[in-house]
Amino acid sequence: MPADAPRRARGPHLISGGGIVALLIGLVIALVAALLLGISIGTVTLPLADVWRVIGTHLGWSNAPVTAVQDQIIWEFRTPRVLLAAVVGAGLSMAGAVLQVLARNGLADPYVLGVSSGAALGAVLAIAIGSSAVGGLSASGAAFVFSLLTLVVVFAFAQRAGRIGPTRLVLAGVAVSYLATAATSFIQLYVNPLELRGILYWILGSLASASWDDLRLPTITIVLSMGWLLARARSMNVMATGDDTANALGVDVNRFRIELLVISSLLTATAVSVSGGIGFVGLMVPHAARMIVGPEHRRMLPVCALGGAVFMVLVDLLSRIADRPNELPVGIFTAALGAPFFLLLLRRTGTGGGST
Amino acid sequence: MNVTIADLDVVIETNQILGDVSIDITTGHFHGIVGPNGSGKSTLLRCIYRALKPTNGSVFLDGDDLWRTLSSRHAARRRAIVAQDSAIDLDFSVRDVVAMGRAPHKGLFDRDDANDATIIDDALTSVGMAWAIDRLVATLSGGERQRVLLARALAQQAPILVLDEPTNHLDVRAQLELLDLVRSLGHTTIAALHDLDHAASLCDTISVLQHGRLVITGPPHDVLTPELIGDVFGVRAHIGTHPITGRLHIAVAAATSTATAATSSKDN
Repeated sequence: MPADAPRRARGPHLISGGGIVALLIGLVIALVAALLLGISIGTVTLPLADVWRVIGTHLGWSNAPVTAVQDQIIWEFRTPRVLLAAVVGAGLSMAGAVLQVLARNGLADPYVLGVSSGAALGAVLAIAIGSSAVGGLSASGAAFVFSLLTLVVVFAFAQRAGRIGPTRLVLAGVAVSYLATAATSFIQLYVNPLELRGILYWILGSLASASWDDLRLPTITIVLSMGWLLARARSMNVMATGDDTANALGVDVNRFRIELLVISSLLTATAVSVSGGIGFVGLMVPHAARMIVGPEHRRMLPVCALGGAVFMVLVDLLSRIADRPNELPVGIFTAALGAPFFLLLLRRTGTGGGST
Repeated sequence: MNVTIADLDVVIETNQILGDVSIDITTGHFHGIVGPNGSGKSTLLRCIYRALKPTNGSVFLDGDDLWRTLSSRHAARRRAIVAQDSAIDLDFSVRDVVAMGRAPHKGLFDRDDANDATIIDDALTSVGMAWAIDRLVATLSGGERQRVLLARALAQQAPILVLDEPTNHLDVRAQLELLDLVRSLGHTTIAALHDLDHAASLCDTISVLQHGRLVITGPPHDVLTPELIGDVFGVRAHIGTHPITGRLHIAVAAATSTATAATSSKDN
């Protein structure tokens, strides 16, 4: 909009106007840097030059010799892992942003709405009792199905005569979440220590199992869902005005709610099924994005997705190096890093950030 | 663009909220809807917002059925609203809020262009809020926020404007300024008003609702008689000429109040 570009540059938010473009470019650069760092650093740290060479060999811009060990660590283990971290981080952040619109409640995120607990229950059933207990599904398959089931149950309880009450939604989510957690805890009492460790990684979230094979489908699902949501950003703004006004502004509120619900469920279930219950990302990243660029979704959603990706790659890196050579569940770090950052932002910005 | 409300019934569970309401509103008129709390004003308006589907009957905008012929988006190009419970996220900038009014004109992948920017500027200018375009909604007063919501409705470029008690929570000056502003815009306007004096002085025509039924429709001086106001609102009313504006003026008092200065006769 060149006509009024000079005025547009002075928005009321921390970053607005042309600053948004600079921010997005900065985030893309930060993401690439984080990905390379994430590949380079780990139980063994490999020089960035080697990382670059191995990636170059596979993507066809380099034919320098690489050792089989380097190739395996860099290409088979770490590259899919950091990419999965980026996709899951972006997906969870965006799912959180959409659920907050849907619930018209700044507390909503995949964790609060019980999706993560539901997914964990599915995975834990598969691990502890065996896949026959969940219809022959793998742990991640069971997690996917259970997270969708959880959302269906939560929204079924949250709606009354076709209208979804924002407060009821969060209350239903919290209740279902406790129920699933209770079931999971009960099962945990009866498993052997090895299974318990696997279960803990599900509950607290981990990206350790990433491989190229199970990267493809989640990536396609998450990227397509995010693309669709970005296209609906304008209608999401309108949803923030209240049902009556949104209807009068040409958004068929009930139909749009179902659309957002289906897509955010798919997004959440996919992310959770490959990474377990990584908390705080879906709650914190959208709020942080809003505090920086404001609640307008056409600006906020891209910042939210990229920011979530960068954050997740870095946190996953931290989970690998904090207690070398052991790996810790990534959910511990999302909370440990996220909470202070979030509190700091709350103090620094004057307004509440979200649906006030 | 004219509005026809035809035989509207709204039944929620087993409660009849509106029964057999029919009103014709002429193009360019300011039409007031008055009635005590619970008389069905907001329900009637929500049928026009397309937020509540009437059980029977229709709302026609320029002859097209709002619920059966027009899509949500097409309806939004014909009528804009300022709702009573309009939530407004305080962290939005004023520009963002007014830009929402462009939504019904935009496809999935359309961006806001220079034309939209001009419409947003013009809408804010006509409500006297152009200075606030880059302010946060949180920094505005109640009256200013209501003007911004009106600007959003104007940015919809719809010929019909629907307002539900737009002056709620505003101080007396902001109330008068807002209503004069709406009146001066010249849109076909339907407004639920709780202040009978405002209604009397502003409206071209008025409908009175009671218990979900239409009591009477007509010009204010025909409709708002002391007898009708006594029946419907349960207050004593004095109808006169406003000493400052010269327009129709209604003074009310509790039905039990003793007359010290006022009388309840119609003296004009």
